Amino acid sequence: MTTESATVPDIEPKPLLSPVALTHLQRLEAESIHIMREVVAESDNPVMLYSIGKDSAVMLHLAIKAFYPALPPFPLLHVDTGWKFREMIAFRDDIVAKLGLTLLTHTNPEGVAQGVGPFTHGSAVHTDIMKTQGLKQALDQHGFDVAFGGARRDEEKSRAKERIFSFRSAQHRWDPKQQRPELWRTYNARKQKGESIRVFPLSNWTELDIWQYIHLENIPLVPLYFAAERPVVERDGTLIMVDDDRMPMRPGEVPEQKMVRFRTLGCYPLTGAVESTAATLPDIIQEMLLTTTSERQGRVIDHDQAASMEKKKQEGYF
Amino acid sequence: MAHISDLIGTDIDAYLLQHQHKSLLRFITCGSVDDGKSTLIGRLLYDSKMIFEDQMAALEADSKRVGTQGGEIDFALLVDGLAAEREQGITIDVAYRFFSTDRRKFIVADTPGHEQYTRNMVTGASTADLAVILVDARKGILTQTRRHSFLVSLIGIRKVVLAVNKMDLVGFDQAIFDQIVSDYRAFAAQIGLDDVTAIPISGLRGDNIASRSDATPWFDGPVLIDHLETVPLDEARRQQGDLRLPVQWVNRPNLDFRGFTGQIASGVVRPGDVVRVLPSGKQSKVARIVTFDGDLDLAVAGQSITLTLEDEIDCSRGDIIASGNPPEVADQFETTLIWMAEEAMLPGRSYWLKIGAKLVAATITEPKYKINVNTLEHLAAKSLTLNEIGVCNISLDQQIAFDPYKDNVDTGGFILIDRMTNATIGAGLINFALRRSQNIHWQALDVNKTSRADLKGQRSAILWFTGLSGSGKSTIANLVEKQLFALGRHTTVLDGDNVRHGLNRDLGFTDADRVENIRRVAEVSKLMVEAGLITLVSFISPFRSERQMARDLVETSEFIEIFVDTPLAVAEERDVKGLYKKARSGALKNFTGIDSPYEAPITPEIHIDTTKMTPEQAADLIVERLRDRGLIKGGWHGPEI
Repeated sequence: MTTESATVPDIEPKPLLSPVALTHLQRLEAESIHIMREVVAESDNPVMLYSIGKDSAVMLHLAIKAFYPALPPFPLLHVDTGWKFREMIAFRDDIVAKLGLTLLTHTNPEGVAQGVGPFTHGSAVHTDIMKTQGLKQALDQHGFDVAFGGARRDEEKSRAKERIFSFRSAQHRWDPKQQRPELWRTYNARKQKGESIRVFPLSNWTELDIWQYIHLENIPLVPLYFAAERPVVERDGTLIMVDDDRMPMRPGEVPEQKMVRFRTLGCYPLTGAVESTAATLPDIIQEMLLTTTSERQGRVIDHDQAASMEKKKQEGYF
Repeated sequence: MAHISDLIGTDIDAYLLQHQHKSLLRFITCGSVDDGKSTLIGRLLYDSKMIFEDQMAALEADSKRVGTQGGEIDFALLVDGLAAEREQGITIDVAYRFFSTDRRKFIVADTPGHEQYTRNMVTGASTADLAVILVDARKGILTQTRRHSFLVSLIGIRKVVLAVNKMDLVGFDQAIFDQIVSDYRAFAAQIGLDDVTAIPISGLRGDNIASRSDATPWFDGPVLIDHLETVPLDEARRQQGDLRLPVQWVNRPNLDFRGFTGQIASGVVRPGDVVRVLPSGKQSKVARIVTFDGDLDLAVAGQSITLTLEDEIDCSRGDIIASGNPPEVADQFETTLIWMAEEAMLPGRSYWLKIGAKLVAATITEPKYKINVNTLEHLAAKSLTLNEIGVCNISLDQQIAFDPYKDNVDTGGFILIDRMTNATIGAGLINFALRRSQNIHWQALDVNKTSRADLKGQRSAILWFTGLSGSGKSTIANLVEKQLFALGRHTTVLDGDNVRHGLNRDLGFTDADRVENIRRVAEVSKLMVEAGLITLVSFISPFRSERQMARDLVETSEFIEIFVDTPLAVAEERDVKGLYKKARSGALKNFTGIDSPYEAPITPEIHIDTTKMTPEQAADLIVERLRDRGLIKGGWHGPEI
């Protein structure tokens, strides 16, 4: 097995006259692809969580690149709370069919049986039962050992310390003290039976990076991100779109047609719209750069309590 | 500043075009607890307008509630993440922050300066191109400054910014600044850091961070953000190196396509280049560089690519595709280790070692020395504990391709993984290969294990009896051997007490010696299996890791772990040798079950509960199970059983 005896080959690498400067997006792309390949090489049964939003769109696009000319060797999983915008579901089914991928969907059957919803049970209970518990059920049911998620470190303070390979106990709990040090690009993907790892290939992307990449790569997006006339009511300071007739009107509330768009997508009753006329990607990026509030502000769940995201993560929220 | 450029409002397309060509700089900030590190990072985010109104409102509220600036904005609160840390007032882990300017995107690794967190700093530094080392102008160069600089240099960062902070508290005095800079340069040169840029700043007030301060007219160097925006990247140096592509995954969508994927660690590659696959040394030419966006004519360090080769040669995950000077191939190294686990390193224990995409089993020798990170002194050591750094030899179970760490971070840096918990317990840097590994070759033998076992009409195996002292291991092993002997089987016994009288007479009962004790016995057992024997091993063997190591030395079907399960109270009551009594009285130290742990097997092949059966019944049961496993049947010279 030694190479000592082999003759020295006639290798004359051509020198590079001037260095090739990689852009920040090229470097982020290369890193994400490296992470995805590492997971596929080291795990038994990986899955990609697909939430239909812009981050998921970028993550899916990167997966297509990482495994080209093969298709990504894992299914997509959408944890459907039953309260997503109708346009999201239509877009999801369309994109999966076009790409020829396998999509698994899961809705917490216990939650459905109990009629859990954001209007009746409030955002905290709804999110816990339909999203967090639903996700755990789906991961357990299929025995997935690694799940890709589209979370980014710039989203929220507690995420800034999140590892790229985030280790979870057999009960799906995240323990900030038990996370493994991550050096260089050498990831430790080993685990015991029953334990799992959440992997975040977009960890080092910012919101601006995501938008720039979508623009550069022409990645298809749910139309809800673009401004259009939509029926909304203003409730507790937030513009909520009336996406179906399950939304009970409070006294005096009448849906109004307004030019609005969404900066982030989730359950329609929990996602605030912003008034906007930005109908193209450059318009959206322009608006984002000139805006003065962060994207998560549109999410009702983050405001529930101080350090709420960290608490949800410990409980198994993505 | 930042992305508040006039172009946003007037010509967004032009702005986007400009920003698509930004480069990326990763850096780390290091400082002691009160040097104002979090404040500096908060300030960088603030000055580059990365803080939105809602975050600003939260920051103002937090500053009043828990801030340390008397109700003024406390920038440190922007970056102190986890609730527990916020209460303690210190950051305790590595956090990554992001900001960008018109020219660059930045990723900042924010790591604690607290005494016991070498681990976090090394982690943060491993992905950084540059280090910002903070010094409090009132205090000058401290022990921590020296420690941080040493770690920065150890991990291979070449560019340092010496940020002399809190200049406002010393009246922006040039003499103080000059003295600190000259002290620092003298020290930095000793540890090989010669690319040092010093800047006088005030993180709290923003002096010389984003714009030039009026308070330091004597300072003609760059302000911090300007310097970070223009400092040359390591990119050019990496691209000039020889090609190294650690193969991550082989892409085989169909029989006609076989692509080797990976992220280029160094060098460049073009179709037609002659490349070699290491460690096999096989040679071929690059056929195509395949990407989703079309084939490439050139790929460079940092890109994730897929290569196809002109010849059908063996190449799989963990191999390295190389050109130019090929990487070395070896299985024994001198390395520098940074220990990152609460549990101390045990010389002789088997750990996983991951380097690039390659995972191999590794054992570590006693350290040659450990390094006092404050004084850089070399100290004698038997082991390494949390946050200690030492130089050790490492031996692998197979050859790997590598470069010395100083030449190539990606092909010379590795992590160590505990085989039981799977935790990352250390990081290492390969210094060089030990010559002896290149000179000792495995001797290929014509008569092998199978032929030796065939001659005896049996299959060789290890019957590994584990359990507490006095559990009945040796008694049962003796009975099992008598039965096997009567059946015409060729056996041998390795007994804990007996081996300690000879082969292992130099070993005591510390954890490290127990590990070595089992390592030797496992190796001897392997030789016995090679000799075709059924080998009965009767050792307390209290640690799962070592039993796993013994198991890994032979084929899966050859290792049968027999857990002789006797509750401590029962074993202690029997106390055949009177050892428990001695241990309880304190006359015998490190006694398993009393003051040294016993890790029971989780899934042994055979489980013997000695409270429910006699030794004779246990022996019958074991022989029965061996028969079930096909170890005792046919092809032998006596009567069939």
